[in-house]
Amino acid sequence: MFESDNRQLPEIFESFSDARKQGFIAMKNLKEQGKGVVGTFCTYVPVEIFLAAGLVPVGLCSTSDETIGVAEKVLPRNLCPLIKASYGFAAADKCPYMYFSDLVVGETTCDGKIKMYELLGKIKDVYVMELPHSQQSPSSRALWMEEIKRLKTRVEEKFGVQITVEKLRQAIKERNKERALLKNVYELSVISPPPLSGLQQLQILFGAQFKFNHEQKVQELEETINKITNEYQNGNRPVSAEAKRIIVTGCPIGGVTEKFTRIIEESGGVVTAYENCTGAKQFDRQVNETADPYEALCDYYLNVGCSVMSPNPNRLELLGRLCDQFNADGVLEMVLQSCHTYAIESYTIGEFLKSRNIPFMSMETDYSTGDTEQLKNRIAAFIEML
Amino acid sequence: MSTEVITAGVDIGSLSTKTVIFSGNKIAGSSIIQTGINTVENGENGLKTALANANAIKQEDLQFIAATGYGRISAPYAQKTITEITCHARGVHFMHPAARTIIDMGGQDCKAIRLDEDGNVTDFAMNDKCAAGTGRFLEVMANVFKVPLEDLGPLALKATELLSISSTCTVFAESETISLLARGEKPENIILGIHHAIANRINSMFARIGIENDVFFSGGVAKNTGMRNALEEVMHITLAEPRYDPQLAGALGAAIIAQELLTKQKKKEGGQYRAL
Repeated sequence: MFESDNRQLPEIFESFSDARKQGFIAMKNLKEQGKGVVGTFCTYVPVEIFLAAGLVPVGLCSTSDETIGVAEKVLPRNLCPLIKASYGFAAADKCPYMYFSDLVVGETTCDGKIKMYELLGKIKDVYVMELPHSQQSPSSRALWMEEIKRLKTRVEEKFGVQITVEKLRQAIKERNKERALLKNVYELSVISPPPLSGLQQLQILFGAQFKFNHEQKVQELEETINKITNEYQNGNRPVSAEAKRIIVTGCPIGGVTEKFTRIIEESGGVVTAYENCTGAKQFDRQVNETADPYEALCDYYLNVGCSVMSPNPNRLELLGRLCDQFNADGVLEMVLQSCHTYAIESYTIGEFLKSRNIPFMSMETDYSTGDTEQLKNRIAAFIEML
Repeated sequence: MSTEVITAGVDIGSLSTKTVIFSGNKIAGSSIIQTGINTVENGENGLKTALANANAIKQEDLQFIAATGYGRISAPYAQKTITEITCHARGVHFMHPAARTIIDMGGQDCKAIRLDEDGNVTDFAMNDKCAAGTGRFLEVMANVFKVPLEDLGPLALKATELLSISSTCTVFAESETISLLARGEKPENIILGIHHAIANRINSMFARIGIENDVFFSGGVAKNTGMRNALEEVMHITLAEPRYDPQLAGALGAAIIAQELLTKQKKKEGGQYRAL
């Protein structure tokens, strides 16, 4: 049994912010026990398939600029830093999670990733799911359904296991439980002032993916939520009531791009919710537990509101709902350099928020820290404007 | 000592440091000095110089100092730091209350700001990633023509023909200018072309945020008549006539916000005393 309950909040926050690093050892132990590991990049990949096969899924999206130089020996400079860094970590053999992955599952989300996977396939065993870009057409849904079943077959063959419907149902239940708890975490910030900073929230949401034991993760999240709630009830106010309530949207945030949240919170704001893949986009909904598991997974994953979908109504629906629920003073978008789909959709988001009288600003950044002062100037001016 | 609330705003820009002493509802003193390498000293010297020409106001009479500009992070004498975007809007609002749009061109960036009837920012766009459209760009060009910076504007007014400069990058525009000179083109015509190239760049910044009258031109470059003319021609606008030095807009805004903060603070304290 792992130690708990008597830990203080700072220690708990640290356990999450440190989870990616700590997870290396946990992962190594799991590998030594003979567990198979599947690396993924995207919220569209149905990880329940891997869990049902008794495998350990892990996110490979890189969040540091350490290996961009290595990547640029092969990939063009003018490309999304997430794609470059992810490839770079594989090429430089520097990411333990990439190293431990027996199989890497990609998906045809954006052009940059599709072509990067071709090259990654020369280094790792890469399997790419064909993700349709429409959530409306029946043929797209049929294709995605087929793709999920094709993934199941590939996993069964690769690891010599059988994925039964019962195991899949169990995996869906487990994952739903985790989603619900992580949603509880970010919904703590519905109250004003929030009981935790946006940076702390981010570290929990981001770090939780590197805790690989389901029961332990559930227990730890429940404990975290209780502790935060208790401290707040005891009058602890870590965030000023004056802080402007900001919702962050756009590309995923974590690692080096934490700078975005840090700057917001150093400039008189507090991030109350993340609409992006690090936050609500991943945890807001539940997979239907009563329907046929394949049908349920197909519907759930196809409806993730990413800008690669056209049209992409689900992002607007979620963002609008979060703005109301969290009583947002403003919305800030982080777009990674050369992410065309998010950069173009930015206009739609701006118009949508204008119609709701919510101030909005979009900013482009990358994995360097060279633009910190420029981001700071814009974000501070935006918050002064609210 | 005066009974008026006296505050100061210090705007530490990349090329010059501007200071305004604000008393009651008036600019009581101001200074514009060159920014040196010691940011803290720049602000302190700016304050001293401004106080020297502010009638009988001493450093200890300043009840609140606000700092803005890129050097605001190194202003230990200031009680508050505010971004130059907010400060420019407030300062311009004081200088020209009908202003709804601001073009600000400083030493190392340019900004497009929209503001409401109370001087609050409603939207903004800025270029701080490249030198095009900044004072620095004009400095580089003045150097090519071997003329003082302040002569560039008057020279542009003497042009007989508009030569187009296609490069927006400062370094490439410099080499383009040198080849135009080598071709024997009239310097005045090239200088006009340079001002138009900048105006086009500024115009594109307004594509997203839009323009509404009155348009006020602030920042150091606003004193350049050639630039004013080029903006009016390219953007099809009439710039408001400044009644005050447009380079002081940021520092003035900081001083005004300082006064507001001080008043708010005093009210709060007053309320607390009553409660006691």
